[in-house]
Amino acid sequence: MDQLLALVVAVPLLAAAAITGAGPLLGRRRRLLDAVAIAVAAAVAVMLVVIMVRTADGDEVYWFAGFRPFHGAAIGIDFEAGSLSAGLAALAAVLVTAAMTFSWRYFEQVATHYHTLMLTFLAGMVGFCLTGDIFDLFVWFELMGVSAYALTAYRPEEGGPIQGALNFAITNSVGAYLSLSGIALIYGRTGALNMAQIGVYIDRHPPDRLVVVAFVLIISGLLIKSAIVPFHFWLADAHAVAPTPVCVLFSGVMVELGLYGIARVYWSMFGQALGHRAAISHTFVALGVLTAVAGALFCFRERHIKRLLAFSTISHAGMFLTGIGLLTPLGLAGAAVYVIGHGLVKAALFLCTGIVLHRLGSVNETWLHGRGRHLRVTGVVFTLAGLGLADLPPFATFLGKGYVDASSWAHGLPWVLPVFIACTILAGGAVLRVAGGVFYGLGDAPSEDPEMAEMASEETTETVSGRDRTPLTMIIPPAVLVAAAIAFGLITRLGQVAQAAAIRFQDQAGYNATVLAGAHILHPVAAAAAEPTGITVSDVAAGTGSAVGAIALALAALYWRRLPVLRRGYEPGTGLTAAIQRFQSGVVNDYVAWIVLGLACVGGALAFAIT
Amino acid sequence: MTPGQRRAMFLIGGAGLVAFVVWGLLGLPGFGHYPGPYGFIINRFALRQTHATGTVSAVNFDYRGFDTVGEEFILFAAAAGVATVLRTLRGERERSPADQAADRDAPPTSGAVRMAALMFTGPLVVMGWWLTSHAQTNPSGGFQGGVVLATAFIMVYLAGEFLVFERFSPVDVTDAVEAVGAGGFAAVGVAALGFGLAYLTNFLPKGQVYGSVSSSGTIALISFFVGMEVAAAFILIVVELLDQTLLIRGGG
Amino acid sequence: MTYFPFIVVAWILAVGLYGIVTSRHLVHQIICLIVVQSSTYVLLLGVGYVTGAVAPYYWDITVHTPAVDPVVQALALTDVVVEAAVTALLCSVAIQAHKRFGTLDPQELATMRG
Repeated sequence: MDQLLALVVAVPLLAAAAITGAGPLLGRRRRLLDAVAIAVAAAVAVMLVVIMVRTADGDEVYWFAGFRPFHGAAIGIDFEAGSLSAGLAALAAVLVTAAMTFSWRYFEQVATHYHTLMLTFLAGMVGFCLTGDIFDLFVWFELMGVSAYALTAYRPEEGGPIQGALNFAITNSVGAYLSLSGIALIYGRTGALNMAQIGVYIDRHPPDRLVVVAFVLIISGLLIKSAIVPFHFWLADAHAVAPTPVCVLFSGVMVELGLYGIARVYWSMFGQALGHRAAISHTFVALGVLTAVAGALFCFRERHIKRLLAFSTISHAGMFLTGIGLLTPLGLAGAAVYVIGHGLVKAALFLCTGIVLHRLGSVNETWLHGRGRHLRVTGVVFTLAGLGLADLPPFATFLGKGYVDASSWAHGLPWVLPVFIACTILAGGAVLRVAGGVFYGLGDAPSEDPEMAEMASEETTETVSGRDRTPLTMIIPPAVLVAAAIAFGLITRLGQVAQAAAIRFQDQAGYNATVLAGAHILHPVAAAAAEPTGITVSDVAAGTGSAVGAIALALAALYWRRLPVLRRGYEPGTGLTAAIQRFQSGVVNDYVAWIVLGLACVGGALAFAIT
Repeated sequence: MTPGQRRAMFLIGGAGLVAFVVWGLLGLPGFGHYPGPYGFIINRFALRQTHATGTVSAVNFDYRGFDTVGEEFILFAAAAGVATVLRTLRGERERSPADQAADRDAPPTSGAVRMAALMFTGPLVVMGWWLTSHAQTNPSGGFQGGVVLATAFIMVYLAGEFLVFERFSPVDVTDAVEAVGAGGFAAVGVAALGFGLAYLTNFLPKGQVYGSVSSSGTIALISFFVGMEVAAAFILIVVELLDQTLLIRGGG
Repeated sequence: MTYFPFIVVAWILAVGLYGIVTSRHLVHQIICLIVVQSSTYVLLLGVGYVTGAVAPYYWDITVHTPAVDPVVQALALTDVVVEAAVTALLCSVAIQAHKRFGTLDPQELATMRG
């Protein structure tokens, strides 16, 4: 029997326990501790890549404790690995490896707890990706959550992390408990916790109110985790204050895991029963577009680099949700490729920001203006990653975004393409504005926002700053990640492979047969029609156009005040500042009120549309 | 948002959400009409398959043991997180309350409290141990037992001084116990791999007498590790939180 | 068929959420979060109940005696541990918040931090 699927979770958990147990012995040997943690994360990444490659010809199922289904009823817990789920888990493991390598020289005082929490976080993410059991999904979701809350508050001597962790933990816990209510509800109907079995059961009857309510409740926790407007408020508070290597994981993969969870729940349980109705697709696309636009607007007016990157993540999460919400193979494949490309470049951007913090002691764009000129390599990596974020060919982000756009165009939503290009230009332009200002000293420093300056100045105790040299362990991980993002985009058959994986992911009949009957499904049972994955001239033009537009916007932002035609003193985006203050209040009570209102709207819309 | 606006927004959204949830809840089969099959299958086969008369423990430690691994590590991560968040920071010093207000005598623990707490300590240890070791037979198990065991330590705190309590449970030792508990559980799972079985398979002989302590194979072993983990995690969390009383009074 | 326990679930959920939204004290807010979670205990145990059945312990009854669902009880146990873990972590963060800011009012915390 092949045990890889169990080891990818068991190994990091055992390592976390061993590190804590041996803490007093390892206390003086920090390098050993670092090496063990990096080796474990890298080993998990390798195992997951092996699983991903192996499952290209059919999903694999692993029954824990050896309890196989009994007459179509699962009595144990299973892991179900396909290329998409294993690939996303592999991305998580790769980013943990990169973050741990970066931390080698980053933190001055690190107890064993940092490594322990990173490894439990990794195990939670991997378990969440692979599980085929809905309650098990909740367990790994919570392990991921608890580790993440603790990591956010890693620097309790400052105010920001405390507040960010509180908002993060309370909003996400509310979401988790709503999800659990949904799980209990569906269990009360079906008497099953295995996702395939639940799917088979609820597909026997037309969807009624219990199914709709359970669906909305289960995805509510996932919508909060994936920072979809109006459930997104916690994200900027938490991402801006977590230690930079942890931000890499939050933005690069944790948010995307929430979206993956929605896709998993939809295509293994509810899809057939709800009949893939247009109302569901429209709800998801509307939420996605709203999120993409709001995130991009907020991103552009930020001066705190980590918050800026956090808002860009919100914008991208909206685009991923749109890709998933199209309910087409190409949309899902595009979202998957986009998630990988975005995860790699966003991680590189956060790591470069960490280097800036380590060397210059600030993440305030205004203060940093022109002060990063001597960080040449970091500047190049940051700029390249920024271009990747703006969908420049041949980055993998270009391919993924292109597929999402192509699929929405082909399915009667042509307006999505220009909206998303505008969002990309805004978010990419903001990042490139930082690159041009900080690393090349172009144009004028953006105006100082006193409140933001105060926030940015708090970033003092994370790392001992003002070092003369950038350690190699800090610059190599982001450089490798950017190179990987380009290399992925150059794989010629990536589109076809991703679409084939997406078709299998959406093949609920095949999933059921794999899990409940132990079948090896080489060809999807109910294959959806594949769409062309070739790259046309217009795709390249759209990608290049986004990147050129982002560069132009960045330059315009930097040289804005030198343009003679404009009144001096006019600052773009001042109206937004007031609006953002009203919404992004930092009061967790507000965030929970928004969550409740948002869920009532989503639930009401789906209730009227489906039953 | 002002509290008034927030409340108004919540009353609208909350009314909608609660109406939506109630609407869904009314789609359940009525209370007392559990439809199965999961629970019925377990109730029918658990005794034969696991030799455990306590079906809930059979679910927790055998059929759905993998959930319990995750759950153990949630507690484990929380203990690590509490220790991270509450670690002694720069500029903070531990000072006893006596230094703070030298002119005031802290009232000593009354004899009655001390007596009652000490009387409870022994029975609590026995009860915690009994609960931990009888998961397979009775309504009990590692969680319940672990929490009761941790309570026994807290009785020591109530009976005497915090410092005595800390001496009873030094953080390094508690850390190690916790790691052995959590790691032991995960390792029992890995041990099954050595026999070519799936992770967490109940690979030990299950005994012939249903409902005896030696029946049901790995369930007792796992319950024991869970008890260790839970007791140590709760003691760690309580120690960390109590430590703060010293720090705060010291004016950190 | 009776739905009373499920109405209780919705009620507990509603008051818990109301508490979180209107709370002016972090510890109170954390307890309201526990209240929200308590609704899941009632729901889990409620859906697994079988009228007239006994507890699923086969120490002194035969296997054919009708018993309630043991699975939801195991899930509720897991849920309790999750709650303990999250509460402990939140309380420790609240302690730090009080140390940094001298207040536990979420609204005041936000104005201090922006």
